[in-house]
Amino acid sequence: MLTGVSEAVYYILAAIIIGSGVMVVSMKNIFHSALFLVLCFFGVAGIYILLSAEFIAAVQVLIYVGAITILMIFAIMLTARLYSAQIKQSNEQVVPGLIIVSALLVITIFALSKTTWKLSSQAPETQTVAEIGKLLMTTYVLPFEIVSVVLLSALIGAIVIARRD
Amino acid sequence: MIGLNHFLTLSTILFCIGIFGVLTRRNAIGILMSIELMFNAVNINFVAFSRFVTPTALVGQIFAIFIITIAAAEATVGLAIVLLIYRNFKGINVDNINIMKW
Amino acid sequence: MFQDYAYVGFFCLIGVIFVLFVFFLSRLVRPHHPTPDKLESYECGELPVGSAWVQYNVRYYLYALIFVIFDVEIVFLFPWAVVYRSLGFFAFLEMIIFLAILIFGLIYVWKKGALKWV
Repeated sequence: MLTGVSEAVYYILAAIIIGSGVMVVSMKNIFHSALFLVLCFFGVAGIYILLSAEFIAAVQVLIYVGAITILMIFAIMLTARLYSAQIKQSNEQVVPGLIIVSALLVITIFALSKTTWKLSSQAPETQTVAEIGKLLMTTYVLPFEIVSVVLLSALIGAIVIARRD
Repeated sequence: MIGLNHFLTLSTILFCIGIFGVLTRRNAIGILMSIELMFNAVNINFVAFSRFVTPTALVGQIFAIFIITIAAAEATVGLAIVLLIYRNFKGINVDNINIMKW
Repeated sequence: MFQDYAYVGFFCLIGVIFVLFVFFLSRLVRPHHPTPDKLESYECGELPVGSAWVQYNVRYYLYALIFVIFDVEIVFLFPWAVVYRSLGFFAFLEMIIFLAILIFGLIYVWKKGALKWV
Protein backbone atom coordinates (compact mmCIF):
# COMPACT_ATOMS: atom_id res chain seq x y z
CA MET A 1 0.00 0.00 0.00
CA LEU A 2 1.23 3.44 -0.82
CA THR A 3 2.32 5.18 2.32
CA GLY A 4 0.03 7.97 3.31
CA VAL A 5 -2.91 7.00 1.12
CA SER A 6 -4.81 5.11 3.80
CA GLU A 7 -4.10 7.95 6.25
CA ALA A 8 -5.46 10.50 3.81
CA VAL A 9 -8.54 8.36 3.11
CA TYR A 10 -9.11 7.86 6.83
CA TYR A 11 -8.95 11.57 7.60
CA ILE A 12 -11.23 12.50 4.69
CA LEU A 13 -13.78 9.88 5.73
CA ALA A 14 -13.54 10.90 9.38
CA ALA A 15 -14.13 14.53 8.43
CA ILE A 16 -17.17 13.53 6.34
CA ILE A 17 -18.59 11.36 9.13
CA ILE A 18 -18.07 13.85 11.94
CA GLY A 19 -19.15 16.86 9.89
CA SER A 20 -22.34 15.25 8.65
CA GLY A 21 -22.98 13.76 12.10
CA VAL A 22 -22.86 17.23 13.62
CA MET A 23 -25.20 18.46 10.90
CA VAL A 24 -27.62 15.60 11.64
CA VAL A 25 -28.01 16.66 15.25
CA SER A 26 -27.98 20.42 14.64
CA MET A 27 -29.95 21.16 11.44
CA LYS A 28 -33.16 23.15 11.82
CA ASN A 29 -34.93 21.28 9.05
CA ILE A 30 -35.32 17.63 9.96
CA PHE A 31 -35.43 16.64 6.30
CA HIS A 32 -31.95 18.07 5.74
CA SER A 33 -30.83 16.11 8.78
CA ALA A 34 -32.00 12.94 7.06
CA LEU A 35 -29.98 13.81 3.95
CA PHE A 36 -26.86 14.39 6.03
CA LEU A 37 -27.55 11.06 7.73
CA VAL A 38 -27.20 9.45 4.28
CA LEU A 39 -23.82 11.13 3.82
CA CYS A 40 -22.72 9.97 7.26
CA PHE A 41 -23.72 6.37 6.50
CA PHE A 42 -21.76 6.48 3.25
CA GLY A 43 -18.72 7.68 5.17
CA VAL A 44 -19.08 4.81 7.63
CA ALA A 45 -19.30 2.39 4.69
CA GLY A 46 -15.99 3.82 3.47
CA ILE A 47 -14.49 3.20 6.91
CA TYR A 48 -15.59 -0.44 6.70
CA ILE A 49 -13.82 -0.78 3.36
CA LEU A 50 -10.73 0.74 4.94
CA LEU A 51 -11.01 -1.98 7.61
CA SER A 52 -11.23 -4.59 4.81
CA ALA A 53 -14.79 -5.51 5.74
CA GLU A 54 -16.30 -5.30 2.27
CA PHE A 55 -19.44 -7.23 3.03
CA ILE A 56 -20.27 -5.03 6.01
CA ALA A 57 -19.80 -1.99 3.78
CA ALA A 58 -22.24 -3.43 1.25
CA VAL A 59 -24.72 -4.24 4.02
CA GLN A 60 -24.32 -0.72 5.37
CA VAL A 61 -25.18 0.81 2.02
CA LEU A 62 -27.98 -1.68 1.37
CA ILE A 63 -29.74 -1.43 4.73
CA TYR A 64 -28.82 1.92 6.25
CA VAL A 65 -28.68 4.06 3.12
CA GLY A 66 -31.15 2.09 1.05
CA ALA A 67 -33.76 1.16 3.60
CA ILE A 68 -33.59 2.82 7.01
CA THR A 69 -33.01 6.36 5.73
CA ILE A 70 -35.79 5.94 3.18
CA LEU A 71 -38.08 4.84 5.99
CA MET A 72 -37.05 7.90 8.02
CA ILE A 73 -37.75 10.20 5.08
CA PHE A 74 -41.17 8.58 4.63
CA ALA A 75 -41.90 9.12 8.31
CA ILE A 76 -40.81 12.76 8.01
CA MET A 77 -43.08 13.25 5.02
CA LEU A 78 -45.94 11.65 6.93
CA THR A 79 -45.51 14.05 9.82
CA ALA A 80 -45.17 17.00 7.46
CA ARG A 81 -46.72 19.51 9.84
CA LEU A 82 -43.21 20.30 11.02
CA TYR A 83 -42.41 22.24 7.90
CA SER A 84 -45.25 24.71 8.16
CA ALA A 85 -43.32 26.92 10.56
CA GLN A 86 -39.70 27.14 11.54
CA ILE A 87 -40.18 25.25 14.76
CA LYS A 88 -37.29 25.16 17.18
CA GLN A 89 -35.80 21.71 16.86
CA SER A 90 -33.68 21.56 19.98
CA ASN A 91 -34.78 21.80 23.60
CA GLU A 92 -33.27 23.73 26.50
CA GLN A 93 -30.76 20.97 27.31
CA VAL A 94 -28.21 22.09 24.72
CA VAL A 95 -25.67 23.56 27.15
CA PRO A 96 -25.84 20.79 29.80
CA GLY A 97 -25.86 18.24 26.98
CA LEU A 98 -22.78 19.77 25.46
CA ILE A 99 -20.97 19.71 28.81
CA ILE A 100 -21.89 16.08 29.54
CA VAL A 101 -21.01 14.91 26.06
CA SER A 102 -17.66 16.64 25.99
CA ALA A 103 -16.84 15.25 29.44
CA LEU A 104 -17.69 11.77 28.18
CA LEU A 105 -15.58 12.33 25.09
CA VAL A 106 -12.56 13.48 27.07
CA ILE A 107 -12.80 10.62 29.57
CA THR A 108 -13.23 7.98 26.87
CA ILE A 109 -10.37 9.23 24.74
CA PHE A 110 -8.16 9.45 27.85
CA ALA A 111 -9.05 5.84 28.68
CA LEU A 112 -8.33 4.83 25.10
CA SER A 113 -4.89 6.37 25.14
CA LYS A 114 -4.05 4.54 28.39
CA THR A 115 -5.14 1.10 27.21
CA THR A 116 -2.89 -1.38 25.44
CA TRP A 117 -4.79 -3.77 23.20
CA LYS A 118 -3.76 -7.30 22.33
CA LEU A 119 -3.14 -6.49 18.71
CA SER A 120 -2.57 -9.16 16.12
CA SER A 121 -0.40 -8.54 13.09
CA GLN A 122 -1.93 -11.22 10.90
CA ALA A 123 -3.19 -10.25 7.47
CA PRO A 124 -6.97 -9.79 7.38
CA GLU A 125 -9.25 -12.33 5.78
CA THR A 126 -9.85 -11.53 2.13
CA GLN A 127 -12.75 -13.87 1.33
CA THR A 128 -15.02 -12.20 3.86
CA VAL A 129 -18.36 -13.07 2.27
CA ALA A 130 -17.68 -16.80 2.06
CA GLU A 131 -16.24 -16.84 5.58
CA ILE A 132 -19.23 -14.95 6.98
CA GLY A 133 -21.58 -17.32 5.18
CA LYS A 134 -19.82 -20.33 6.63
CA LEU A 135 -19.89 -18.88 10.15
CA LEU A 136 -23.56 -17.97 9.85
CA MET A 137 -24.43 -21.48 8.71
CA THR A 138 -22.37 -23.31 11.34
CA THR A 139 -21.30 -21.53 14.53
CA TYR A 140 -23.92 -18.79 14.52
CA VAL A 141 -26.83 -20.75 13.14
CA LEU A 142 -29.00 -20.20 16.21
CA PRO A 143 -28.70 -16.37 16.18
CA PHE A 144 -29.26 -16.56 12.44
CA GLU A 145 -32.57 -18.34 12.88
CA ILE A 146 -33.56 -16.09 15.75
CA VAL A 147 -32.98 -13.07 13.51
CA SER A 148 -35.82 -14.26 11.33
CA VAL A 149 -38.09 -14.41 14.38
CA VAL A 150 -37.00 -10.88 15.35
CA LEU A 151 -37.75 -9.65 11.84
CA LEU A 152 -41.11 -11.40 11.88
CA SER A 153 -42.08 -9.80 15.16
CA ALA A 154 -40.87 -6.40 13.93
CA LEU A 155 -42.92 -6.78 10.74
CA ILE A 156 -46.10 -7.82 12.51
CA GLY A 157 -45.64 -5.31 15.32
CA ALA A 158 -44.99 -2.40 12.99
CA ILE A 159 -47.96 -3.28 10.75
CA VAL A 160 -50.27 -3.58 13.75
CA ILE A 161 -49.06 -0.25 15.16
CA ALA A 162 -48.98 1.73 11.92
CA ARG A 163 -52.25 0.60 10.35
CA ARG A 164 -55.26 2.79 10.79
CA ASP A 165 -58.19 0.57 11.74
CA MET B 1 -0.07 4.14 9.88
CA ILE B 2 -3.72 4.14 10.85
CA GLY B 3 -4.13 1.94 13.91
CA LEU B 4 -6.90 0.70 16.13
CA ASN B 5 -6.97 3.85 18.25
CA HIS B 6 -7.81 6.02 15.26
CA PHE B 7 -10.97 4.06 14.58
CA LEU B 8 -11.91 3.89 18.25
CA THR B 9 -11.51 7.66 18.55
CA LEU B 10 -13.70 8.19 15.49
CA SER B 11 -16.37 5.91 16.88
CA THR B 12 -16.21 7.66 20.27
CA ILE B 13 -16.78 11.03 18.62
CA LEU B 14 -19.66 9.67 16.56
CA PHE B 15 -21.20 8.09 19.66
CA CYS B 16 -20.94 11.38 21.56
CA ILE B 17 -22.61 13.22 18.66
CA GLY B 18 -25.40 10.65 18.85
CA ILE B 19 -25.83 11.13 22.60
CA PHE B 20 -25.94 14.89 22.12
CA GLY B 21 -28.68 14.46 19.51
CA VAL B 22 -30.74 12.21 21.79
CA LEU B 23 -30.42 14.72 24.63
CA THR B 24 -31.29 17.84 22.65
CA ARG B 25 -33.62 16.91 19.79
CA ARG B 26 -37.29 17.72 20.30
CA ASN B 27 -38.42 15.79 17.25
CA ALA B 28 -38.95 12.06 17.84
CA ILE B 29 -37.60 11.21 14.37
CA GLY B 30 -34.51 13.31 15.13
CA ILE B 31 -33.96 11.21 18.25
CA LEU B 32 -34.24 8.01 16.21
CA MET B 33 -31.66 9.38 13.75
CA SER B 34 -29.27 10.09 16.61
CA ILE B 35 -29.76 6.54 17.85
CA GLU B 36 -28.80 5.29 14.39
CA LEU B 37 -25.61 7.36 14.64
CA MET B 38 -24.82 5.60 17.91
CA PHE B 39 -25.47 2.20 16.32
CA ASN B 40 -22.99 3.12 13.60
CA ALA B 41 -20.38 4.10 16.17
CA VAL B 42 -20.77 0.72 17.87
CA ASN B 43 -20.47 -1.07 14.54
CA ILE B 44 -17.24 0.77 13.72
CA ASN B 45 -15.92 -0.46 17.07
CA PHE B 46 -16.84 -4.06 16.38
CA VAL B 47 -15.38 -4.08 12.88
CA ALA B 48 -12.21 -2.30 14.01
CA PHE B 49 -11.62 -4.80 16.81
CA SER B 50 -12.33 -7.61 14.38
CA ARG B 51 -9.74 -6.20 11.98
CA PHE B 52 -6.98 -5.50 14.50
CA VAL B 53 -7.42 -8.06 17.28
CA THR B 54 -8.77 -11.16 15.50
CA PRO B 55 -8.13 -10.54 11.78
CA THR B 56 -8.93 -14.09 10.70
CA ALA B 57 -11.96 -14.88 12.88
CA LEU B 58 -14.47 -12.29 11.60
CA VAL B 59 -16.58 -12.60 14.76
CA GLY B 60 -16.86 -8.82 15.01
CA GLN B 61 -18.21 -8.60 11.49
CA ILE B 62 -20.88 -11.20 12.26
CA PHE B 63 -21.87 -9.12 15.28
CA ALA B 64 -22.00 -6.00 13.11
CA ILE B 65 -24.39 -7.73 10.71
CA PHE B 66 -26.66 -8.73 13.57
CA ILE B 67 -26.56 -5.19 14.97
CA ILE B 68 -27.49 -3.73 11.59
CA THR B 69 -30.36 -6.19 11.41
CA ILE B 70 -31.61 -5.25 14.85
CA ALA B 71 -31.24 -1.58 13.94
CA ALA B 72 -33.50 -2.10 10.93
CA ALA B 73 -36.10 -3.86 13.08
CA GLU B 74 -35.82 -1.08 15.68
CA ALA B 75 -36.26 1.61 13.04
CA THR B 76 -39.40 0.04 11.60
CA VAL B 77 -41.10 -0.40 14.95
CA GLY B 78 -39.83 2.94 16.29
CA LEU B 79 -41.11 4.89 13.32
CA ALA B 80 -44.43 3.07 13.45
CA ILE B 81 -44.72 4.21 17.07
CA VAL B 82 -43.81 7.75 15.97
CA LEU B 83 -46.64 7.64 13.43
CA LEU B 84 -49.06 6.48 16.09
CA ILE B 85 -47.93 9.32 18.37
CA TYR B 86 -48.38 11.77 15.52
CA ARG B 87 -51.91 10.51 14.97
CA ASN B 88 -52.88 10.81 18.62
CA PHE B 89 -51.02 13.98 19.64
CA LYS B 90 -51.02 15.87 16.30
CA GLY B 91 -47.28 16.37 16.61
CA ILE B 92 -44.13 14.43 17.40
CA ASN B 93 -42.35 16.80 19.75
CA VAL B 94 -41.34 14.66 22.67
CA ASP B 95 -41.82 17.58 25.07
CA ASN B 96 -45.55 17.46 24.45
CA ILE B 97 -45.89 13.76 25.03
CA ASN B 98 -46.15 13.88 28.79
CA ILE B 99 -49.40 12.21 29.82
CA MET B 100 -47.41 9.49 31.59
CA LYS B 101 -45.52 12.14 33.51
CA TRP B 102 -46.61 12.57 37.06
CA MET C 1 -8.12 -5.31 -1.49
CA PHE C 2 -8.26 -1.73 -0.32
CA GLN C 3 -6.46 -0.59 -3.46
CA ASP C 4 -9.22 -2.07 -5.60
CA TYR C 5 -11.54 0.53 -4.13
CA ALA C 6 -9.27 3.30 -5.34
CA TYR C 7 -11.14 2.93 -8.63
CA VAL C 8 -14.46 3.42 -6.85
CA GLY C 9 -13.17 6.56 -5.20
CA PHE C 10 -11.71 7.72 -8.48
CA PHE C 11 -15.04 7.27 -10.26
CA CYS C 12 -16.88 9.11 -7.45
CA LEU C 13 -14.41 11.98 -7.83
CA ILE C 14 -14.84 12.06 -11.60
CA GLY C 15 -18.62 12.03 -11.18
CA VAL C 16 -18.58 14.99 -8.80
CA ILE C 17 -16.13 16.95 -10.94
CA PHE C 18 -18.11 16.21 -14.11
CA VAL C 19 -21.38 17.47 -12.63
CA LEU C 20 -19.76 20.62 -11.22
CA PHE C 21 -17.93 21.26 -14.49
CA VAL C 22 -21.07 20.90 -16.61
CA PHE C 23 -23.04 23.21 -14.35
CA PHE C 24 -20.22 25.73 -14.49
CA LEU C 25 -20.01 25.43 -18.28
CA SER C 26 -23.75 25.88 -18.79
CA ARG C 27 -23.65 28.92 -16.53
CA LEU C 28 -21.00 30.41 -18.78
CA VAL C 29 -22.74 29.89 -22.11
CA ARG C 30 -26.47 30.17 -21.32
CA PRO C 31 -28.42 33.41 -21.80
CA HIS C 32 -29.95 34.82 -18.64
CA HIS C 33 -33.23 36.72 -19.21
CA PRO C 34 -35.73 35.51 -16.61
CA THR C 35 -39.39 36.40 -16.92
CA PRO C 36 -42.13 35.27 -14.49
CA ASP C 37 -43.41 32.76 -17.03
CA LYS C 38 -39.99 31.21 -17.40
CA LEU C 39 -39.61 30.84 -13.65
CA GLU C 40 -42.69 28.61 -13.36
CA SER C 41 -41.91 25.09 -12.23
CA TYR C 42 -43.37 23.76 -15.47
CA GLU C 43 -43.29 26.11 -18.41
CA CYS C 44 -46.06 24.20 -20.10
CA GLY C 45 -48.78 22.10 -18.49
CA GLU C 46 -50.36 22.32 -15.09
CA LEU C 47 -49.60 25.00 -12.56
CA PRO C 48 -48.40 23.37 -9.35
CA VAL C 49 -51.04 23.34 -6.62
CA GLY C 50 -49.83 24.01 -3.11
CA SER C 51 -46.49 23.11 -1.65
CA ALA C 52 -44.62 19.88 -2.28
CA TRP C 53 -44.39 19.39 1.46
CA VAL C 54 -47.81 17.85 1.73
CA GLN C 55 -48.62 15.03 4.06
CA TYR C 56 -48.14 11.69 2.37
CA ASN C 57 -50.50 8.78 2.54
CA VAL C 58 -49.70 6.28 5.28
CA ARG C 59 -49.92 3.45 2.72
CA TYR C 60 -46.53 4.44 1.29
CA TYR C 61 -45.11 3.97 4.74
CA LEU C 62 -46.54 0.46 5.10
CA TYR C 63 -44.89 -0.59 1.84
CA ALA C 64 -41.57 0.95 2.89
CA LEU C 65 -41.79 -0.92 6.17
CA ILE C 66 -42.34 -4.29 4.51
CA PHE C 67 -39.54 -3.45 2.08
CA VAL C 68 -37.07 -2.83 4.92
CA ILE C 69 -37.78 -6.19 6.53
CA PHE C 70 -37.28 -8.11 3.30
CA ASP C 71 -34.23 -6.03 2.43
CA VAL C 72 -32.63 -7.31 5.63
CA GLU C 73 -33.54 -10.83 4.58
CA ILE C 74 -31.52 -10.36 1.36
CA VAL C 75 -28.45 -9.56 3.44
CA PHE C 76 -28.59 -13.03 4.93
CA LEU C 77 -29.39 -14.73 1.64
CA PHE C 78 -26.26 -13.36 0.00
CA PRO C 79 -23.49 -15.02 2.09
CA TRP C 80 -25.58 -18.16 2.20
CA ALA C 81 -25.64 -18.28 -1.60
CA VAL C 82 -21.86 -17.89 -1.72
CA VAL C 83 -21.16 -20.91 0.51
CA TYR C 84 -24.19 -23.01 -0.44
CA ARG C 85 -22.26 -25.49 -2.59
CA SER C 86 -19.71 -26.34 0.06
CA LEU C 87 -22.20 -26.79 2.90
CA GLY C 88 -24.89 -28.82 1.18
CA PHE C 89 -28.23 -29.96 2.51
CA PHE C 90 -27.94 -28.66 6.06
CA ALA C 91 -27.48 -25.08 4.86
CA PHE C 92 -30.44 -25.54 2.54
CA LEU C 93 -32.60 -26.68 5.46
CA GLU C 94 -31.48 -23.75 7.62
CA MET C 95 -32.36 -21.27 4.91
CA ILE C 96 -35.75 -22.94 4.33
CA ILE C 97 -36.55 -22.50 8.04
CA PHE C 98 -35.37 -18.88 7.92
CA LEU C 99 -37.50 -18.11 4.87
CA ALA C 100 -40.52 -20.02 6.17
CA ILE C 101 -40.62 -17.85 9.30
CA LEU C 102 -40.45 -14.67 7.22
CA ILE C 103 -42.98 -15.90 4.67
CA PHE C 104 -45.34 -16.43 7.57
CA GLY C 105 -45.03 -12.70 8.17
CA LEU C 106 -45.75 -11.98 4.51
CA ILE C 107 -48.89 -14.16 4.68
CA TYR C 108 -49.98 -12.33 7.82
CA VAL C 109 -49.52 -8.95 6.11
CA TRP C 110 -51.40 -10.20 3.07
CA LYS C 111 -54.32 -11.55 5.12
CA LYS C 112 -54.45 -8.31 7.08
CA GLY C 113 -54.94 -6.48 3.78
CA ALA C 114 -51.92 -4.20 4.21
CA LEU C 115 -50.78 -5.00 0.68
CA LYS C 116 -54.09 -3.88 -0.81
CA TRP C 117 -54.16 -0.37 -2.24
CA VAL C 118 -57.54 0.93 -1.18
